[in-house]
Amino acid sequence: MKNFEYFDVTADIGFKSYGKNLNEAFENAGMAIFNIISDTDDIDLEREITFEITSEDEVSLLYDYLEELLFYHEVEFMLFSEFHVEIDDGLHLKATIKGEAIDWDKHERKTEIKAITFHKMHVKKTDVVELQAIVDL
Amino acid sequence: MTIKDEIKKVRDNVYEIPGSFNKKMRASGRLYIDDESFEALEEGAVEQIVNVACLPGVQRYSIGLPDIHFGYGFPIGGVAAFSLRNGIVSPGGVGFDINCGVRLIKSNLTEEDIKDHLDELTEALFKNIPSGVGSKGKIRLGEDEINDVLDYGAEWAVENGYGWPEDLEVLEENGRMIDADSSIVSDKAKKRGIPQLGSLGSGNHFLEIQVVDEIYDEKAAEVFGLEKGMIVVMIHSGSRGCGHQICSDYLRIMDKAYKNYKIQIADRQLACAPLDSKEAQNYIQAMAAAANYAWANRQMMTHWIRETFEEILGKTAKDMEMDIVYDVAHNIAKMETHKVFKNEMEVLVHRKGATRAFGPCREEVPEKYREIGQPVLIPGTMGTASYVLRGTEVAMEETFGSTAHGAGRVLSRSKAKKEYDADKITDDLASKGIKIKATSKHVIEEEAPGAYKDVDSVVRVSDSTGIAKLVAKVKPLSVCKG
Repeated sequence: MKNFEYFDVTADIGFKSYGKNLNEAFENAGMAIFNIISDTDDIDLEREITFEITSEDEVSLLYDYLEELLFYHEVEFMLFSEFHVEIDDGLHLKATIKGEAIDWDKHERKTEIKAITFHKMHVKKTDVVELQAIVDL
Repeated sequence: MTIKDEIKKVRDNVYEIPGSFNKKMRASGRLYIDDESFEALEEGAVEQIVNVACLPGVQRYSIGLPDIHFGYGFPIGGVAAFSLRNGIVSPGGVGFDINCGVRLIKSNLTEEDIKDHLDELTEALFKNIPSGVGSKGKIRLGEDEINDVLDYGAEWAVENGYGWPEDLEVLEENGRMIDADSSIVSDKAKKRGIPQLGSLGSGNHFLEIQVVDEIYDEKAAEVFGLEKGMIVVMIHSGSRGCGHQICSDYLRIMDKAYKNYKIQIADRQLACAPLDSKEAQNYIQAMAAAANYAWANRQMMTHWIRETFEEILGKTAKDMEMDIVYDVAHNIAKMETHKVFKNEMEVLVHRKGATRAFGPCREEVPEKYREIGQPVLIPGTMGTASYVLRGTEVAMEETFGSTAHGAGRVLSRSKAKKEYDADKITDDLASKGIKIKATSKHVIEEEAPGAYKDVDSVVRVSDSTGIAKLVAKVKPLSVCKG
């Protein structure tokens, strides 16, 4: 099982992330996001940020979580490459994300993500958990 | 039978989706598009026009412009107007990049005047105007100052030394929507807005030094102050993370609101609220604040562009007559008066990837342009021409005073990356005399001219259908990309 993969949409980009459980799929979604912006292999773990969110359903939780990642990326001027997520009852999430301050001499500069969309967003649970999201570039 | 089989041709390049197509439609659909683009048009984009035509209080037509393509919820290149009495507002009808827009600055310089300095000018512009993913503005606003930016827009910028008081006269809304209220903008949006003010952004946004290549309408060009051979500068940029956050905040709020108000929608991203609701009023005020942020942002960049020209060419910006021609918003919702069938009525016009194209005599158009209609600025893509058009009576009659906004993407970024090579694109553009400066090779490949629909056809259809008339073509000499 891959951790995440991208798929094409004309104007933007979509990804699917996978995990044995919801926590792991959310963690891999974080990796998918920061590999659009930069290359996570080059991001050292210098600093961590913790946040909590509560949403009304699992799809909304995914949306809010991904938006929160963009928020910390822009406001703290950081890139992240390690994600620890704990979700209770599918609606309450606690995350610790690790990374470092952006240094464009060190980090690869790929694409800016404007926002997360609800378009075709899903949380599918079978033997594994599959998340899907399309981001607006 | 597909949805496209139901569409009837009204006249050359104009199609109608009858209101009878779907029982839920409250208005017909209209498409301004040439035959070739009609054939290529995605069914999904047509369905989105129909979905918008089903929203409460929609007036007359749900409209697709010559650059229509599939968006999230509402199509991009779309216009819809809603009655103030029983209509709605939807953040999805404006888009994430609130007041993404275009500004054109003129000069009295010719290509000859700058040709020996073009490299230097381009390098200096690239240095002086921050761009690209994870770029910060050069100034750092205080916590209180962001509120002034959101409330006063370009007025704040001019008062703080960015540009000239007369600049405000030639900005849509004079660079400030008075409905804006910073007190209802989230702390998150303000926090994203503070570090990024005064930065260009990334993706299809650009800053170009251009030359006026062709004049189609001598009289209008003269009124706009444009001449063949003139050096001009174009900015394409928006409201950065601040506007994106405001859109996201309200998508979530509207997601609850439409259910509470029992509004039927075909897609979650059409989430909306009745115009007389608190949610709608708050969104309109927050959206206006984001629009103001974008106008302040373009105003600050204008100031740095003038400073850069002064530094490199050793003349003052006033001596070089670096006046603003106009500044348009192409992602916005506005209260306007329009004729709907026989009656004048106030409506909330959503323009998502659409440029206002008000014709003569409208008081919203700056006095000096009022006789011929407002300037309409349609940006091309990296290395291709951009256009100046003027607003028309036809646009007032048919499209709530709106026309296209640019070239829509036709090739995904990963396909563009596979198909194009940054060094080759740079060389190709160089052979056409165009210099490019970008923050990464990724952006050059992703933004390759071939990844976009031909902007020439978009303006040709605008012109032939009369929803804007061609005035001038400008072509790039150098491009800065984020």
